[in-house]
Amino acid sequence: MSTATATEPASDPAQEKLTKKILTADHPTWCPGCGDFAVLAAFYKVLEKLQYPHEKIVCVAGIGCSSRFPYFVNSHGIHFIHGRALPLATGVSLSRPDVHVFVFGGDGDGFSIGGNHLNHAARKNIRLTYVIMDNYVYGLTKKQTSPTSPEGFKSKTDPTGSIDRPINPMKQLLASGATFIARTHAAQVKHMMEVFERAILHDGFSVVECLSECVMFYNGSFDDSTPRKGGVYDIIDESQHDVGDDIAAFKLADVPTPGKFGVFYEVDRPSKNELEQRWIDSTQAKLAGKSQKDILRDRLAMMR
Amino acid sequence: MSTSNSSSPTSLRNAVIRLAGNSQDGIQSIGGFLARLAGRTQKDVMTYMTIPSTISGGPSIFQVHLGSGEVLDPGDEADVLVAFYQHSYDAHFSSIRDGGVCLYDSGEVTELKTERGIKNIGIPFTQATIEAIGGSARDRGKNMFVMGTICAVYQLDKEKLVGIVSRQFGKKDESVLRNAMLAFDAGYAYPVGDLGTFEFEEGIHKDEHRLSTDGNTLMSMGLIAAGVRYGSAYPITPWSSIMETLRSELPKYGGIYVQAEDELAAVSMTIGAAFAGHLAVTGSSGPGLSLKMEALSYASMAEIPLIVINVQRGGPSTGLPTSVEQSDLLQAIYGSHGDAPRIVLSPKDVEDCFYIAIEAGRLAREYSCPVIILSDQAISSRIEAFTEPNLDEWWIEPELDIAPRPEDFKPYPLDQITRHAPPGTKMLGGKYPTVTGLEHDEWGHPSGNAKMHQQMTDKRRNKLIALSKKLPLPEVYGDAEGDVLLVGWGCTYGPIKESINRLQSEGHKVGAIHLRNLHPLPAGLDTIFAKFKKVLVVEINDVGVYGYGQLAMILRASLADPKIESLCKTDGLTFRIREIVTAVEKTLAS
Repeated sequence: MSTATATEPASDPAQEKLTKKILTADHPTWCPGCGDFAVLAAFYKVLEKLQYPHEKIVCVAGIGCSSRFPYFVNSHGIHFIHGRALPLATGVSLSRPDVHVFVFGGDGDGFSIGGNHLNHAARKNIRLTYVIMDNYVYGLTKKQTSPTSPEGFKSKTDPTGSIDRPINPMKQLLASGATFIARTHAAQVKHMMEVFERAILHDGFSVVECLSECVMFYNGSFDDSTPRKGGVYDIIDESQHDVGDDIAAFKLADVPTPGKFGVFYEVDRPSKNELEQRWIDSTQAKLAGKSQKDILRDRLAMMR
Repeated sequence: MSTSNSSSPTSLRNAVIRLAGNSQDGIQSIGGFLARLAGRTQKDVMTYMTIPSTISGGPSIFQVHLGSGEVLDPGDEADVLVAFYQHSYDAHFSSIRDGGVCLYDSGEVTELKTERGIKNIGIPFTQATIEAIGGSARDRGKNMFVMGTICAVYQLDKEKLVGIVSRQFGKKDESVLRNAMLAFDAGYAYPVGDLGTFEFEEGIHKDEHRLSTDGNTLMSMGLIAAGVRYGSAYPITPWSSIMETLRSELPKYGGIYVQAEDELAAVSMTIGAAFAGHLAVTGSSGPGLSLKMEALSYASMAEIPLIVINVQRGGPSTGLPTSVEQSDLLQAIYGSHGDAPRIVLSPKDVEDCFYIAIEAGRLAREYSCPVIILSDQAISSRIEAFTEPNLDEWWIEPELDIAPRPEDFKPYPLDQITRHAPPGTKMLGGKYPTVTGLEHDEWGHPSGNAKMHQQMTDKRRNKLIALSKKLPLPEVYGDAEGDVLLVGWGCTYGPIKESINRLQSEGHKVGAIHLRNLHPLPAGLDTIFAKFKKVLVVEINDVGVYGYGQLAMILRASLADPKIESLCKTDGLTFRIREIVTAVEKTLAS
């Protein structure tokens, strides 16, 4: 988030207090029982806590069930095309240091059609928060295999069971150079809120994979990490795990399904936003307050 | 100059000099120096070069057309060919006009042709350069030697030329400039036999500052003047130099130009900056424009103001990356899925790149839609001299409008053009907008309503119809009525105008119009067409299955006028005057 505001919530006394009521927009189009409802509720809660100025909140999404998110949050929002939410959000983040950029999407948007962008937004450390609501299936198009579908998963495109090895999101994000990488679960609202808040306060590219069950097309997908269904929700013990150690994080990412939850990796590295600003500042310092028009005038005069 | 010749110089108005060698010989540098000199001595200039699309170079030419009057084309034929090698001589001897001159490196060229009264004059460029510089210079600097010789033959302003060279080399090691000047002086003093000397008449451009540069550089400057501070792109020839220039220039203005991971990300980041309230630009060449198409359809649907530059090159596919073509017009207008209206403009020459960029910015903001600028490889890379733009008249201060929006704000009103409220804008009604690519109602809510889709389709199309009615009709050059009207766009401007000059001087009744607004076209073109017996649309693309080039197809479809015909070619080169003149004479005879 913007360094100027990341650590200091809204101080404008005239600003109306952000409440769930104010933040609620259209009623979600998700199916009853969809995990995404809980993600939305957790996001409202975290915003209520952080109290950013209402007009400075921007929600960005691509295409997919979860990518309908911006319609359900009463904030500036943009619903873009499939797979390109991150580059769009990059354009917003780099050109508007005063706003808070949140990107929402699913596993298809993030790991398949938009996979290349994830790598580059991560390595460039663009200042924004990206929540990937991972349901291991294509829901909006009604049950095709996703890049995170486990081997053997039967779908309309793999009627005898998926034969392709799924992506390991944590390992991929570690390799790509993201500076905040965490994993949480839509059925664990308290943990989800804690993780979201840390992600949002991180200065740089923060990404959270949030398991979010698709009750229509992959019912029971996350039972093994849902305690009330007999699963185990195994949270990383940060007194035992150094979040700055990427090798240790890779090892955690290798823990067999349902894997670990919590913050895998967190490190301070200057964001592209900050590095670009440094370049702007040093460039402008040499111009000694010359007006922009005169800068161009002088540049043209060099072509005489 | 030539010590053996003391007669007074022959006066002339134009000279076409073709330098032929390999790309590492620095012929582009001296071509550039001569072009810049033209600008500083009240002359006009147009250059033309070929670049091998290989990494390590190969045969290459740089042609400079200098003129005391208006120069509209790089020259059909050369008055002087400078041949560095036998292969240069063999490949380009035919480009010399009857009675012209060939200066060749006598250490390299051994087999000479004697025909059409062309004078062959051998000079040992390489050997003389080595002798002048001495030591281990090898043949580096022979380009400067040649420039010295040209400077002497054409009695060019030596002092100004040396000044331009000094400024260019001044940043480098002192020995670089010293060696360059040694070679230059040796070439200047070298006797060139009975060639004689020439002197340009005084240039027509007095009392004004003249700039000389290439189209891509000037386009970048135009974008800055238009208020562009953000954008993103991916490298591709011949677009790249615009993104390189913006990347290094924009920080001075507090802006950022991002090198994206691919074309899809580039257009998406640019739409992001536009959504955030800035005037932003992306660009590419043909293949990259294809990759941007999905996002451009989004920008039409979501009504995002945006500038997209396409520096066209030979296609399809990877095609001819370093050659000129105008085959992306239909892609620019119709390339996306769905009915996705957008504005398409094209600059007519290097100078116009500045003004078209400003026009694109103005239209993008006014009509809240993507504006595609179709430049091309020829305009992007050639150098021309032109009047320095008056920034007091053209400068646009960028502004980010985040003033609070009233309670009744609607992002997509049916009765008005969309004006988005960018992030950071307080919404006094408490309802914040979502910009969307789904069909939507006036408030931006997704809507599959049949009537709403029709109304919104009308809204997006009608603003372009409104623009077409506001556009001024292009001026007719030459005869306002007559036998043949030539219609051109992009880099055909100069050659068409020069062709009209020649055809009129032969007594023909011919005129020409040039279209900068390609979509929408100005309303009322039919009134101009009605005054001519034939309309010939000149463009560098294929006649296709139905026998008409891309603009001709659109003109025929929109005006249903059977007298519209096509003059098309796809040989990777700009139109020569004689190609157009011959085609018109054929049309006149038919």
